[in-house]
Amino acid sequence: MASLIACPHCGPRPKEEFTVRGDAGITRPAPDAGEDAWYAYVYLRDNPRGRHREHWHHTSGCRRWLVVERDTMTHTIYTVADASAEGETA
Amino acid sequence: MRYSAFSVFLNALRGNKDWKPAWRSPVPKNHYDVIIIGGGGHGLATAYYLAKEFGVTNVAVLEKNYIGSGNVGRNTTIIRSNYLLQGNNPFYELSMKLWEGLEQDFNFNAMVSQRGVLNLFHSDAQRDAYTRRGNAMRLHGVDADLLDRNAVRQMLPFLDFDNARFPIQGALMQKRGGTVRHDAVAWGYARGADSRGVDIIQNCEVTGIRRENGRVVGVETSQGFIGCGKLALAAAGNSTTVADMVDMKLPIESHVLQAFVSEGLKPFIDNVVTFGAGHFYVSQSDKGGLVFGGDIDGYNSYAQRGNLATVEHVAEAGVAMIPALSRVRVLRSWGGVMDMSMDGSPIIDRTHIDNLYLNAGWCYGGFKATPASGFCYAHLITRNEPHETGRAFRLDRFARGRMIDEKGVGSQPNLH
Repeated sequence: MASLIACPHCGPRPKEEFTVRGDAGITRPAPDAGEDAWYAYVYLRDNPRGRHREHWHHTSGCRRWLVVERDTMTHTIYTVADASAEGETA
Repeated sequence: MRYSAFSVFLNALRGNKDWKPAWRSPVPKNHYDVIIIGGGGHGLATAYYLAKEFGVTNVAVLEKNYIGSGNVGRNTTIIRSNYLLQGNNPFYELSMKLWEGLEQDFNFNAMVSQRGVLNLFHSDAQRDAYTRRGNAMRLHGVDADLLDRNAVRQMLPFLDFDNARFPIQGALMQKRGGTVRHDAVAWGYARGADSRGVDIIQNCEVTGIRRENGRVVGVETSQGFIGCGKLALAAAGNSTTVADMVDMKLPIESHVLQAFVSEGLKPFIDNVVTFGAGHFYVSQSDKGGLVFGGDIDGYNSYAQRGNLATVEHVAEAGVAMIPALSRVRVLRSWGGVMDMSMDGSPIIDRTHIDNLYLNAGWCYGGFKATPASGFCYAHLITRNEPHETGRAFRLDRFARGRMIDEKGVGSQPNLH
């Protein structure tokens, strides 16, 4: 994991200020979406070897939820954006 | 050649010129009855038990690197069966029983050392939890002893008993737990499987899985196409990468776990000891190095290396438990990639494809499970039904609400 995450609000900050939540690709289904949709939401995750989009929380900073795109093999961070800009997820 | 004290003596007299490689380096055949993807501990153990116990010898183990280059050579070598839950305990106890007879069984010195595993507790609530766990173990026929503060102090006088925040009140001990030389486990299983006709093919990465009419017919590899009757995945750490080849999405994330070894010291830690107030576990190797580890780093990673924040956390927990560690120098640290499943327990099951089998999700408890995992997986592959101790490790248990969540933290893989 890279040492710094460039928060769009606070600038480059040490990664210890952030908390990872995980796969940003999952969206909370409607309450009546059915068992398969809920199973996928609760248990199935994208787990790529390479580029991955994740939710990170800037816990010790602006406390905003961010979407971080990074490489799970090289730990390079490509983009960091505020999660609200990504529309409705999770 | 069978290894014995006599063979060592005889070879010494002959100037040690007659030792043969412990396994061959065969050219892959066109077709095997069973192909196992992954030449780690579990893959090699599966091949060994397939050949020895279930009579299937036309087997290939495909390893993308060299055998033992993954997690079987990257763990802290601890074995134990101190599990609480019904689905776990008989399985890990089967593993412990197999460990106890392993060296005689595969005729290789794996340095199985049942030196005892102690889990420290620091509060009344933790004592209650460990009492419950110990009782569950005893009900399953596993040995467990609850030690009070004085008993622990006599065994491990160097612990920080009067820590102001986390005073040590006692420990749950499993005397039959201990350590095993992990590389020798890979080598012993490889040698045993090879001598029974299994082909161990190293530097052979699987790049695709070929299917016809809904069945697997073989695998594309860096050494060409190899056909198979049945395909068995044992690629923990990289299970998702392989499962993606057949469009199977798994309830698994890959995370990195670090481990450490210190400079060689005179013997002072006789057992395996785990901290109850933080995540830290330590034992001392026969060379004198302290082998220890802590928690996973917490983010998805396929890199076999971790972050300094975790190193600092592990060091802090270690010093809180054993103040004498503060001046010990760390020799090496390394990382291994773990299949973190959604309930912290593994998967040994059939899949949506008839002749494709899955062994995955070992989190960071895979090493101690190696013999039972291989045995149960070989049973599943040959008989098409699970071994009685591995019945709970189904892939569909998440959808059916039958999680085996030993830690009770829910579907958050980085917390298990």
